[in-house]
Amino acid sequence: MLLPPEPSVTEHRSWPDESPIVSLKDVHKSFGSFEVLRGVSMDVRKGEIVCIIGPSGSGKSTLIRCINGLTPIHQGSITVEGQEVNDAKLDKLSLRRKVGIVFQQYNLFPHKTVLENVMMAPLKVLREPKAEVEARARALIAKVRLTGKEDAYPGQLSGGQQQRVAIARSLAMRPDVMLFDEVTAALDPETVKEVLVTIKELATEGMTCILVTHEMGFAREVADHVYFTDRGVIVEHGSPAQIFGAAQDPRTRQFLSQIL
Amino acid sequence: MSRRPFQLDPRLLVSGRVLSALDWRHGAALLVMFAASLTFASAQSAAAPPATPSALATLATWTPHILRGFVLNLVMSFLAMALATVLGIGLGLMQISPGRLLRLPARFFTLLLRNSPWLVILFAIMYLLPIEIRIPGGKPIEFPDWLKATLAFSLPVAGNVSEILRGAVNSIPTGQWESADGLAFTRAQTLRWIILPQCIRRAIPPWMNWYALLTLSTPMASIFSVHEAVWNAQSSMEAAGARPELLLPFYLFLLCLFFIYIYPIAICTRKLERKYAVAT
Ligand SMILES: Nc1ncnc2c1ncn2[C@@H]1O[C@H](COP(=O)(O)OP(=O)(O)OP(=O)(O)O)[C@@H](O)[C@H]1O
Ligand SMILES: [Mg+2]
Repeated sequence: MLLPPEPSVTEHRSWPDESPIVSLKDVHKSFGSFEVLRGVSMDVRKGEIVCIIGPSGSGKSTLIRCINGLTPIHQGSITVEGQEVNDAKLDKLSLRRKVGIVFQQYNLFPHKTVLENVMMAPLKVLREPKAEVEARARALIAKVRLTGKEDAYPGQLSGGQQQRVAIARSLAMRPDVMLFDEVTAALDPETVKEVLVTIKELATEGMTCILVTHEMGFAREVADHVYFTDRGVIVEHGSPAQIFGAAQDPRTRQFLSQIL
Repeated sequence: MSRRPFQLDPRLLVSGRVLSALDWRHGAALLVMFAASLTFASAQSAAAPPATPSALATLATWTPHILRGFVLNLVMSFLAMALATVLGIGLGLMQISPGRLLRLPARFFTLLLRNSPWLVILFAIMYLLPIEIRIPGGKPIEFPDWLKATLAFSLPVAGNVSEILRGAVNSIPTGQWESADGLAFTRAQTLRWIILPQCIRRAIPPWMNWYALLTLSTPMASIFSVHEAVWNAQSSMEAAGARPELLLPFYLFLLCLFFIYIYPIAICTRKLERKYAVAT
């Protein structure tokens, strides 16, 4: 018997491989008089896995939230697939279709089932046909290994399961870039792994991922590029081997010696 | 006899927690008192000149009249609550709007309505509203007193519904807004699909509490001779010869009537409160 073709769940729009898909140039951001980002630049290529590490309060979350326009910046430029984010007339819908974000506190919609959580944005925001959205949502739920939990409510799931639903929910918008802000920080050590496995699978499928993480082992294993931030600047960046093996800056070395 | 109806304790109206204090023992005590007062009054009537009907017989005769009045209390309570809900949700949505032009006036009216004594609002509406509104060219629209009173009762409740909505929206964690934002929901879509549905379960118990208070306040309309239960009870007593021994059984009968109506609502509210407290 012939099986129907697998619906493509992480289909990519065409963006040339050469030019950076996400590009930050001299980004500045202040909360009041406190400057959180003091001139951050970075380039991320399509399919790349970028990890951002650094001490608490160094501006990692702020940085990642700037990329999809959740936090407006004061100076500099951020482009995603050529679209300028720091623009008064920003088309938020088009930006947020391209960039998905997953937070530390899963933030699932508690009044909706797992399936409804995943289906909601494509249905209500993109107004896509229900049958199509449902097929995609079920495939995504299977992808994050939660088949059978479609009708459960978030409150009935473990932290790791909720986080995987959050990932599926974000993927349902078919983003080209995924942002992860310490998505395993609130989880039990046992459930951290299942979430990391999910992210690793995404990465091997070619999804562009920008992760803020405290999981150094994970960063070392999957990252193409590691950025170390401290007090709103990028102190040092390079391949995992460079950063974890031969960090140049004393601040990086000190941070790594504390955490490893 | 006095034309003043029984007065509500205004502190109770402000605290807005009548329902959680209500207990079946209150009902039992009320019933015992009612039965005792009826027996006592009937004994007094027996000692009175012959041909005076007993208190029980008088009450039985006039019960349909009082119940007809009670139906008006219920109609007023439904209409007023519907109006208060619509007005309150409108005000509440304005209160949480990001634009000052909507937010500040809505805040002002909410506070004004919530903090004005109900009687003041009642008098203001009764005297300020015309008896009928004439639209040029059309028939005049009449505004009977009971309808004006209904409008008056709805206003303070609308202020409170507005505040319930604001409180419920603010109690939703900001993470919900953020993740919706990240999924490209607009503000209106976020409210419609994510925030407000979560507010409903939080808002229903206080909303029912205000409904109970509103119902208990409708007898204030008897000040303006609206023929609701209390006014009808008073007119019945007068028609029955204004015998002082009737006062206690008649008023206790009214209390029982309101208790029988409010108590199931109280139980339901408490159940919901407990259920949602566990769920969230
Ligand atoms: N909305 C805000 N208003 C004011 N200050 C803020 C706001 N968000 C963040 N900050 C401040 O900016 C600084 C950087 O915050 P950020 O959350 O980006 O750090 P982080 O590197 O993600 O830290 P952590 O590892 O603890 O998550 C902190 O000092 C924080 O107090
Ligand atoms: Mg952070």
